[in-house]
Amino acid sequence: MSTDALRLSADPALGTAGIAPVHVTGHGAGGPAPKRIIVGYGFWIFLLSDVIMFSAFFATYAVLFKNTAGGPAAHELFDLHNTAAQTAFLLASTFTCGMASLAVGHRNQKWTQIALLVTGLLGFAFIVLEIREFSGFVARGAGPSRSAFLSSFFTLVGCHGAHVSVALLWLGTMMAQFYAKGFRQDIRHRFLCFSLFWHALDIVWVAIFNLVYLVGVLPPELLP
Amino acid sequence: MLGKLTWQAIPFGQPIPLAAGALVVLVIAALLIWVAAKGYIPYLWREWITSVDHKRIGIMYCLLAAAMLLRGFIDALMMRSQQALAFHAAGYLPPEHYNQIFSAHGTIMIFFMAMPFVIGLMNFAVPLQLGVRDVAFPTLNSVSFWLTAAGALLVNISLVVGEFARTGWLPYPPLSELTYSPGVGVDYYLWAIQISGIGTLMTGINFVTTILKIRAPGMSYMRMPIFCWTALASNLVIVAAFPILTATLAMLLLDRYVGFHFFTNEAGGNAMMFMNLIWAWGHPEVYILILPAFGVFSEVVSTFSGKPLFDRRSMIVASMAICILSLCVWLHHFFTMGAGGDVNAVFGIASMIIAVPTGVKIYNWLFTMYGGRVRFSSAMLWSVGFMVTFVIGGMTGVLVASPAADFVLHNSLFLVAHFHNVIIGGVVFGVFAGYTYWFPKAFGFVLDERLGKAAFWCWLIGFYVAFMPLYVVGLEGMTRRMQHYDRAEWYPWLVVAGVGSLIILCGVALQVAQLWVSIRGRAQRRDLTGDPWDGRSLEWSTTSPPPVFNFAVLPTVTSDEPYWTIKQQARVRRQLVTPEPEYAPIEMPRNSPTGFVTAFFAVITGFSLIWHIWWLVILGLIGAYVTFVAFAWRDHTEIEIPAEEVARLDRANRAARAEALALLEERPR
Repeated sequence: MSTDALRLSADPALGTAGIAPVHVTGHGAGGPAPKRIIVGYGFWIFLLSDVIMFSAFFATYAVLFKNTAGGPAAHELFDLHNTAAQTAFLLASTFTCGMASLAVGHRNQKWTQIALLVTGLLGFAFIVLEIREFSGFVARGAGPSRSAFLSSFFTLVGCHGAHVSVALLWLGTMMAQFYAKGFRQDIRHRFLCFSLFWHALDIVWVAIFNLVYLVGVLPPELLP
Repeated sequence: MLGKLTWQAIPFGQPIPLAAGALVVLVIAALLIWVAAKGYIPYLWREWITSVDHKRIGIMYCLLAAAMLLRGFIDALMMRSQQALAFHAAGYLPPEHYNQIFSAHGTIMIFFMAMPFVIGLMNFAVPLQLGVRDVAFPTLNSVSFWLTAAGALLVNISLVVGEFARTGWLPYPPLSELTYSPGVGVDYYLWAIQISGIGTLMTGINFVTTILKIRAPGMSYMRMPIFCWTALASNLVIVAAFPILTATLAMLLLDRYVGFHFFTNEAGGNAMMFMNLIWAWGHPEVYILILPAFGVFSEVVSTFSGKPLFDRRSMIVASMAICILSLCVWLHHFFTMGAGGDVNAVFGIASMIIAVPTGVKIYNWLFTMYGGRVRFSSAMLWSVGFMVTFVIGGMTGVLVASPAADFVLHNSLFLVAHFHNVIIGGVVFGVFAGYTYWFPKAFGFVLDERLGKAAFWCWLIGFYVAFMPLYVVGLEGMTRRMQHYDRAEWYPWLVVAGVGSLIILCGVALQVAQLWVSIRGRAQRRDLTGDPWDGRSLEWSTTSPPPVFNFAVLPTVTSDEPYWTIKQQARVRRQLVTPEPEYAPIEMPRNSPTGFVTAFFAVITGFSLIWHIWWLVILGLIGAYVTFVAFAWRDHTEIEIPAEEVARLDRANRAARAEALALLEERPR
């Protein structure tokens, strides 16, 4: 931004003084941003809105946490071993997604595909564990229709799971695109968005891990 | 095979909905046949349906809004006439039908009239005002529009197939739960709003990115036109609030479809949580609508007073203050919930504080007019009518923001009068002002002023005659949404209100006539200079209508009012155009059917979800995914407009500028 602090402008269509020095103030006066910035910025705004949606589900979960309607409460259900494995898979997948970014940066088809494949497999393992956990709850009579608490639990955690599933579909499409079209600029922009999405889902999971699972296994007398 | 859908869904036994539905189907069929017979379909497909041009999309948004305005207004006429007739009588609308009408009226007017209209104006004007060629994500913009249209279509299908919600424009549980609303009405509402809500969210993301990242060189934040500032504020609120709506309606859908217990009476559900969540979106929504209207008034008042806007800086600060405060007041919609005196007091005071930045704006407009050479064209009349009407609506708003008063006025017609006072007096007058103001820019000819002014007076007088009586009956204790009543003292007021709605009907008819007359006489009403109102911002520096790329060379901005500055300098130099530039080819995004196809699958998916046709749901979702991949697979995303074509179009603009200069010299400084 600073290099073009003084920009010569020829502005014929509008007939300003022809060539006039324009002082670029650093307050967004430098003209349209490059495409990569625009795409990334727009996707950040989308992530912001997604986080707001999650926060609505978090708030609902907090309100309904104690409304177990005589059914099982959080500390009777949650198994931290499963959650730990899920967390490990997802955090590892964020690392391999970062590897994929590096490989894309080097235009390395082989390592891009390998890193994305590993990312996808780790994400898939996460989803399998989540489905196993959910079906276990349902089998024990703790399905989402049992109580308001369970409704909000399944919705919050399930919404994250649905995001990961959609991201897996996106990941597969991304791999196919890199394979078929190479490292074209617009596809790299798309990959930038994908990696932002994948990392954001990790951040949401960290919040779920703490606020749902860790708080959930506390004995009830320790909760306010 | 077809889920819950049977022949019983068509209201053969009810003459009014059947006749209305048949009429709508006939009109649409006649329109389609006429379009096909004239051979317009390829043109429409190429130039409009697949267009990713922000100006075209903006115009289509406004068209959708105008059509929905007519639909919602018919609902309003039915309600006013029912209440004028239903004193000690049943009236002509049975309760279950009346309930659908007030629900549909609110839903359509907010989601499918007001929202598309303000988004349409933003689409049309913001990139032009910023001096750039398009929005950040042009194809996404088209998807947004078509998803909004898909939602509107679903609501209107409910007129013919099945029923609409009877729950009011916000489906409060437990009434909206499956136990008490087992029909498809609430499902129509929910899926229509979910689909169009996603479109609106995409618009919000698109415009925040556009305004913050894509502006002409030299246009710093403080140099952005006020309409762009208010559009930024509005879209920030969209990004902050619409995800909450999506989440809330998703919870209600889960309750209704798979037996969850978010808002039910059983198993620990909490219905009041719905009020909190829905109004955490719903109150900001009001500001999403009014902020762009404030922007329109700022542009109009400044242009037609021939003066820069009084203290732009405070106008910007006020807009951003409203943007933030709008998210902090939602609880005033349910003071009677019983959150306690302290909580109510906090939200009551927060609500009253919003009157401060709004008051700042009113004074800014008044001081802009003060000492100006005010031209009372119809766009200016809408603005002045707004200032008077909105101040009254604002004052009754401060009144109901007081929890003690609200306990008496909650759910009464006083409240209905209040929000119509601010929405008609603010949003509707604002979009009409914007429509009149930018119409010549969009189509190259001005609207008929005489009919426009007549329409304004009918709307203004009709509004007061229709809604002031509602304040009175509200104070006399009449609650909203009554299908019949037996209180003699209410009766005369409701008859007066009915007369008022007929005066507004004259206004609507005059607007239709205005459009008709203006189109018929467009040859005489051409705007050849591209600057019919002696405007001040960049949209007036290009031709009317602008070329697809808006500006042959991106303008360089050197002041708060770029085009005004250019004209001032031109008066001194007696030259508005400078030597011809080197024209370069321009890359523009290619047209794409993605938006239309996505919306097609969205309608299929939504409709089959409403009627529980599960195989079709899966088909619709697969179709949407295939569309997404097909779009992502394209190799050529841009077309190049050759330099000769750019030169040809720009020379026309330069000739028009020369003509504008001649006019400038006649005008007083």
